[in-house]
Amino acid sequence: MLKMQNVSFSYGAINAVRDVSLSIEDGEMVSLIGANGAGKTTVLGIISGLLRPSAGDITFGGESIVKTPPSTIVKKGIVHVPEGRQIFAKMTIWENLRLGGYKVTNRKLFQERVEYAFDLFPILKERKNQSAGTLSGGEQQMLAIARALISGPKLLLLDEPSLGLSPLITRQVFGVISGLKKAGITMLLVEQNAYEALQISDRAYVLETGSIAMTGKSSDFINNEDIKKAYLGGV
Amino acid sequence: MRLRDNNVFRFWSFVGIPLMIIIIACFHQGGYYTHLINTFGIYIILVASLNLVNGFSGMFSMGHAAFMAIGAYVSAYFTLPTDIKYSFLPGLPHWLKDIQLPFLAAMLLGSIAAMLVALVVGFCVLRMKGHYLSVATLGLIVIVRSVLDNQDSITNGARGITGLPDHAVTWTIFFVAVVVMYILHRTIRSGFGRELIAIRDDTVAARTMGINVTKYRVLIFAMSAFFAGAGGALWGHLQSVISGKFYYYDMSFKIVQTSIIGGVYTLSGSIVGSLFMTFVPEFLSPLESGLQIFGVQLPEMYGLSNLIMAAFLVVLIIFRRQGLVGYSENIVNSIFSPDVYKAAVSPKEYKKLLGIIASKFTRLLHKKDNKS
Amino acid sequence: MSIEYIISQLINGLRLGSVYAMVAIGYSIVYGILRLINFAHGDILTVGAYTALTLMVAFGYPLWLVIILSIIISVAMGLLIERVAYRPLRNAREETTLVSSLAVSAFLQNLITMVFSEQRKAFQLPDWLTEIHTYGIVKLSTMNIIIFATTIFLLIFLSIIMKKTRIGMAMRACSDNQRAAALMGININVVVAVAFMIGSALAGLAGIMLAGEYKTVDPAMGFAPGLKAFVAAVLGGIGSLGGAVLGGFILGIAEMAFAGLLPTSITPYRDAMVFVLLILVLLVKPNGILGSDEGGRS
Repeated sequence: MLKMQNVSFSYGAINAVRDVSLSIEDGEMVSLIGANGAGKTTVLGIISGLLRPSAGDITFGGESIVKTPPSTIVKKGIVHVPEGRQIFAKMTIWENLRLGGYKVTNRKLFQERVEYAFDLFPILKERKNQSAGTLSGGEQQMLAIARALISGPKLLLLDEPSLGLSPLITRQVFGVISGLKKAGITMLLVEQNAYEALQISDRAYVLETGSIAMTGKSSDFINNEDIKKAYLGGV
Repeated sequence: MRLRDNNVFRFWSFVGIPLMIIIIACFHQGGYYTHLINTFGIYIILVASLNLVNGFSGMFSMGHAAFMAIGAYVSAYFTLPTDIKYSFLPGLPHWLKDIQLPFLAAMLLGSIAAMLVALVVGFCVLRMKGHYLSVATLGLIVIVRSVLDNQDSITNGARGITGLPDHAVTWTIFFVAVVVMYILHRTIRSGFGRELIAIRDDTVAARTMGINVTKYRVLIFAMSAFFAGAGGALWGHLQSVISGKFYYYDMSFKIVQTSIIGGVYTLSGSIVGSLFMTFVPEFLSPLESGLQIFGVQLPEMYGLSNLIMAAFLVVLIIFRRQGLVGYSENIVNSIFSPDVYKAAVSPKEYKKLLGIIASKFTRLLHKKDNKS
Repeated sequence: MSIEYIISQLINGLRLGSVYAMVAIGYSIVYGILRLINFAHGDILTVGAYTALTLMVAFGYPLWLVIILSIIISVAMGLLIERVAYRPLRNAREETTLVSSLAVSAFLQNLITMVFSEQRKAFQLPDWLTEIHTYGIVKLSTMNIIIFATTIFLLIFLSIIMKKTRIGMAMRACSDNQRAAALMGININVVVAVAFMIGSALAGLAGIMLAGEYKTVDPAMGFAPGLKAFVAAVLGGIGSLGGAVLGGFILGIAEMAFAGLLPTSITPYRDAMVFVLLILVLLVKPNGILGSDEGGRS
């Protein structure tokens, strides 16, 4: 479905991403793990069109999207749930969802998806007229994911969903994510929490200082000694 | 070795030749070019002091002209002939009316006055965030002008004061300019300067390191105002007339413009910017009165040189934010580096220079050979 | 000091304030979305006035056409400025765009000077507009009433647009979190363009009104009102529509109060007092009266 080929990107003089290639098939859940600052968020930003790479190509469903602006990429079905939630804190939960459906023209479809989101996250329905800024970290993460779902994504990009959340809430969030996987949504998950990421995904890429160091099945990685030492705390 | 790193080259380009021009100007007081050179010299002081605030400490002040005004008026109080003071400034206290000081002393008092005002204002205003700070500094020039235009008894109101003595001669201006540049040069290189740059680059991190950001900002603001006051005093005496309208938005904008065109990240930028902004508009101004080019009569276009300069500023901001000079402190470093002066009298260094020139020449010839 | 006098000063303040409010709305909307203080905004006022002058005098168009065309030209100018001088700096530091706007302001002023000359020119709106009606101690022209009514109408109208329409929601989203808004599929360029269109249209209109009020135009006419309108926007809480209008009226009333209530020796300090007021308010409420806490662009 998505193919990244030899993509590079620099922030000025700093080479953030070097010659990265990865691919995601329909229905797959792929995780991108690596240390802080390895370039994972940059990779997502490049896919969603926020950043323009200096080299390489990205194709989605066979079509090149490297030069496409972010607003069009959303239309094509790639939705990016950014790092740190990035919800609209001054607007209500309902308005946040409404914005998630900004590109959805069919009212009925929109209503259906909102209902689906409310089923997944009942607390959002409860507090739908409250300001999004009053939500807790975990709830905001739910909102961010719900908001992304409203546009009916073909590919969901999740950037560090567990960032800043307590272990209990993290479990909840990953519970939701695995539910989405069961529903067949294709996802690319970027996570510092390598354990959770590998548990839940089919395949994984390891990013080290901007380049892909390793790739393979997540189940293999969990048992891999090097990965364990580097990213799983030797557990 | 690059040409610009060679000490002899640096000496002659940045010290020797400019010095000779300045000395010639000193003997031609009243000449047209001398006036331009004087303007250039004062601008160096004004722009460098503004860079201190706008470039090195991450604030953006539009209030420079206000401190200039304070420096100008206060210094004038000490240099004006007594009879002018009695006639036009009745509100001044007697001792002030009677006193007459040499220029440098008067200028110093003007600077101190500006600095004191900056300290007071600074405590109120500098804790504000970015844009609000800039607006407040804009308010400063409005407030100062209001006072100047309305406190007739001590300012002669909007009419201003004419007849300031002719103290702003070339040697005085450049003497002050060199001193100011030296002080700023040393300050930026000191520990204090490094802390400043830390604050500019990341205010939050600086705070966590225990640096009292507001205190620094006030100090910098006050220092900048001190020098602005000096510049204002010089400017006032150069023009020999002072009035609120000369120290208002247009003046502040012109200095900001100059500092950005030259380059806000270095002191050398203030020199290059001032050079540029003094001489280029002069060359453009004939266009304004409608001259003939190739037999075509151009219409009178008043405001054209300002227009071009404004457009140039926008282009520069977009495409080369670091200004004409960029990040290189070569000019200022050359002026204050003992090695450069030593090289001027060392035959070995001259040989090195010749070597560089020769190699550039041969490279040029080679290029021509390659083409044919 | 009678009640009548106070009321009349209040009304005068509202009269003055509604022009400030109209211009302040433009500042606020643009700042809300871009975090940019558009110093050239005041000069759009001048553009509107001069366009109207040219259309009336050189072409002899009827008033309604003049106003519509002047607004269109003002909008075009605003969009052009945004495209050329601000969009390339979208990701730069805040001070950079500020300086750019200063430069654009200088550019516009000199352009108008070049084309029209520095001199003040006469500007005459039809009598039925400038005719003054007396209500007791209060003197208002038809135009004053129209401006006031228009400002209130605009406040309501724009607020509805912001709250209920898709583009309004997009604008609020951009103002709240620009990056997230882009990820929702919102075209930031379009949102910014709309903001500039609204602001420039209002500024152009205000310019015509101001020219009609003072019966003259000159290239620097936008500077003082622009600055005061900006102060009004900051006073009320920049980024907030209601704040802009509130700030405008407060400023207008404050100016009248300073002029009328303080001892005559301080009257000329009217302009300065405006800024002192601003500084005092900012010290107490760093984000303006109606402003909310924000950490800049997220």
